[in-house]
Parts: sequence; structure tokens; C-alpha cells
Amino acid sequence: MAYSDKVVDHYNNPRNVGSFTKETPGVGTGLVGAPECGDVMKLQIKVNVETGVIEDAKFKTFGCGSAIASSSLATEWLKGRTVDEAAKIKNTDIVNELKLPPVKIHCSVLAEDAIKAALADYKDKWSNSEAGAERGAS
Amino acid sequence: MALKLPIFMDSQSTTPVDPRVLEAMIPYFTQKFGHPASRNHPFGWEAEAAVDRARGAIAGLIGARDPKELVFTSGGTESINLALKGVAEMYREKGNHIVTSVIEQRAGLDVCKRLERQGFEVTYVPVGADGLVDPEALRAALTEKTILVSVMLANNEIGTVQDAAAIGKLAKEKGIVFHTDATQAVGKVPVDVEAMGIDLLSCTSHMLYGPKGVGALYVRRKNPRVRLAPMIDGGGHERGMRSGTVPVPLTVGFGAAAEICREVMPEESRRLAGLRDRLQDAILSKVDEAYLNGHPDRRLPHNLNISFAYVEGESVLMGLNKEVALSSGSACTSATLEPSYVISALGVDSELAHSSIRFGLHRFSTEEEVDFVGRRTVDVVTRLREMSPLYELAKEGVDLKTIKWKAE
Repeated sequence: MAYSDKVVDHYNNPRNVGSFTKETPGVGTGLVGAPECGDVMKLQIKVNVETGVIEDAKFKTFGCGSAIASSSLATEWLKGRTVDEAAKIKNTDIVNELKLPPVKIHCSVLAEDAIKAALADYKDKWSNSEAGAERGAS
Repeated sequence: MALKLPIFMDSQSTTPVDPRVLEAMIPYFTQKFGHPASRNHPFGWEAEAAVDRARGAIAGLIGARDPKELVFTSGGTESINLALKGVAEMYREKGNHIVTSVIEQRAGLDVCKRLERQGFEVTYVPVGADGLVDPEALRAALTEKTILVSVMLANNEIGTVQDAAAIGKLAKEKGIVFHTDATQAVGKVPVDVEAMGIDLLSCTSHMLYGPKGVGALYVRRKNPRVRLAPMIDGGGHERGMRSGTVPVPLTVGFGAAAEICREVMPEESRRLAGLRDRLQDAILSKVDEAYLNGHPDRRLPHNLNISFAYVEGESVLMGLNKEVALSSGSACTSATLEPSYVISALGVDSELAHSSIRFGLHRFSTEEEVDFVGRRTVDVVTRLREMSPLYELAKEGVDLKTIKWKAE
């Protein structure tokens, strides 16, 4: 299969590969997929708990080139968005940007799932924390 | 010698035509263009003689007693179709049961599926962790209705070479026809239809440095005489088993390729096994948790299949495919995301089945190529592991099996 230039670019120069310590304040982690399916994505966001803005994002992916590209692109898009804006990223946006063929759409779905899982984890861990409560009061 | 890129290391899919083969073929396009079934003029005689010479060369390569036992087809897939469907139709009154293995090439499995829809019963015997079919498991699968045993000689992914002689002996003992798909084996390892008790054998020209578009089916004529219902009716060519004009230039090429293979096989297989071991060592000595798939000894000399834990096969190929042509057992191209059924059949974890890479050496492979590919493979796997969440978890000491994965 021929890959689009953007998929090749993300595969060769993946953005934001790495990990945050899960305990760092404001970090939300999503781990989706399954090894036996051939795709696992770990996507992390680091949110400024004062402003709700995602200041940094990192990923690690086990999967094909399109899966790597989808998660790499997702981290690029997440940085600078608020948590609420991030929730609006759809898998179809990723499909269009990377020109994924139909057989690779599941990679974009997994990336969307990873974003949602990271956001949910963040909210679970930090929205109800002291910092989150302060932000709510201000 | 400077390295020329890209490097071809996918010789289980096809092989380049040997220049000597092409040279032998050329006159049969424009000068010696007769129809081998034209019995009444020199053009026909010349073509027939050329086809018979090719038949003899292939018979010699597989140890057939009589060149007439070879039927030319369009390739391995057609040979397998003719063997399985031909036996099924011809021996239907005797029984409706077929025994085959779970690791057969797609053509063998797909024909069996079709026969099942037509009322045949098929037993798919499993293989061991090394890819070998246990002849005793085969024996246990046989019933009074069994008319055919079909087990491939060498596997196209892992290269494991079956104990065909043991299977042939068993089939003979029970009076059952034995077919083997020898597409990957012929020309690479010694094949002897007499010593191995093979009744039907499928092979193809383009796996042994001949042209694409021609193959052969060996059909035993004596002890026992195997009969087949033809799939293609017409002028009754090829002893009535495969009508249609024999493609003379392709057939001449097939014969020339077989002659060369027979001559060079001992030296060539030694050389390729040496290169294969060199590649294997280069990779396994540098990459932890990389596993050899298939039997360590009973395998094709040019075949190497390795699973790299924590990285997905297609992503490895993507990192290499500008420079090296390889194949992966992982086909991450469908919604089912099924990994290689061959690797899965070995009982390895499915994530390892997603991580298998197949290297295929050939007559023109060089040491420089092997060293380059070994180095690049190590680089790509190392890079991908740095971005693999599974590798990270494993290095943290997490047992991946204890994680509850949220599969789609």
C-alpha cells in the first residue's frame, strides 16, 4: 500500500514521542487498543489546571505507520487547545488530514478514543482536585 | 561492489528470471513459434520437442520416473486447484473426506473451503510450534471416507519443510492419494516424488528463477495411477487433464530454470543457508526479544522469519521499504486486523504474530546486501521500540498479560 506523504512524514519524524510521569499534576493518560489487535496507543496530555489549556502532549504507539501518524498528529492538534476544544477532535478530521484509506480508518478511530481516554483520565484525576476547585471558584 | 537499492529480499513471493533462462526462451517467441500440438509440420514438431525437453528437465528435478507425469498449467494456484478439485470429482464415489493442514498456502485453503460448500468434509490438522505436521495426527484424522491428503512440502512464511516421506508412506499404506504443494520447495531443496511417496505435486516456474505464467502438476502414473477430472475442457492437451495451448516460451524457460536448479542446488543452498544464518545472527545478537519462527533446522535454506516483540510488522516494513523489499505476516489492512494465520497456528502470542517479518534470499543475494539489511532492520526495530508503549511497559516490569486491554 502506498502511504500519503503526511503519513510518511509523521512516521519518519514523529512529533511528541515520549511519556509524562502519571502523577504529575494535570497529566491525563489514555491507553487504548490491544496488542492482539496489532494496535496500542498511549496518549498523554499535560493540562494547566488553572486555565484548562493543554500545554503539552506526548504519545507512544504500537501499530502500523498510519496508527503512528494518527497519534502523532493528535498530539500536535491537542497542544494549545482547551480541554473542551480537545473533546471536539473527530476521527474524520484525522482521516482527512492524513488521507487515510478506508482500511486504515480504524487507526483514526483509535486516536480519537485515545484523546477521549486521556481527557477522561485528566478530569477524573484533576478536575475535582484542590486546584480544579480553586479554578471553579475564581 | 556498490550496493544497489532497493534490495529484493522477498523471494517467497517471486524470483527474478535467471538471464540464462531468458536467453533460452527468446527464440520461441519469433522464430520457433509453432504450436506443440501441430502434428503435421516442422514448426509443431520443433515446439513439441522443446516442451518435452522442458518436461524432462522438471521430471528430473523432482525425481519423476516419466516426463509424461507432468502436466503444464498456468502456475501453482492452478496446479493446486486441479489437484484438489480433480481428485475430489474423480474419487467422489469412493469418499468425500479430505485431510489438509492449517498452514497451507491460500490457494489450498480456499479450494478446500469451496469443496466444503459442495458437500466435502475437510479436516485441517494443526501444526506444532515448529510448524511441523505430526504424521500421527494426520493418521488419526483419516477416515474410511478419506480420498486425499494434501500437505505442503515447505511453508511460504516460515519455510518449515515437512516430513513428506512419512506422510507419503502413511497415505500409501491407507490407499489415499497424497498431494503436496511444493511451490516453495522445488528447486531449493531435494524433492523426490518416488522416495517421498508423492502422488500429486504442484510447483511453479517463477519461484525457481523461471518466468511467471507457467507451472506444473505432477500426476503419478504408476503405483497407483492417479486420475483427475479436468477443470478446463478443450483439445485434450496434456493427457486430457489440462486443455489449452501450452505456452511454449514460458515452458522452455521453466525447463531451463529447472535444469539450472538441479545443477546448482547443492552449492546454492549451502551458500544461501550461510547468508541466512549470517542475517539471523546479525539481528538476533543485537535485538532482545526477537524470536525465530518455524523449525530451526528443517527449513528452506533461503528463508528467515523473525518476530520482534513490542513492534508491529507493517511499521517495520514501512521503515525499510524504500531500501528493502520484505514481507510481514501482519496484514493490518482489514477491519479484523488478523495477523498471519501461519504464525498464529504455531501457538505464539498474537502480538508476536503481528510482529513477524519474513526475509527471503535468492540466487543473486550478496553478503553486502545481507549485512546492510541486518543493520537497517536493527535500526528500525530499535527506533520503533522507543515509541512503543508495550516496550515501555515491559521495561517497567509490567506483565502485559495482566493489563485489561480495551479492544474495540
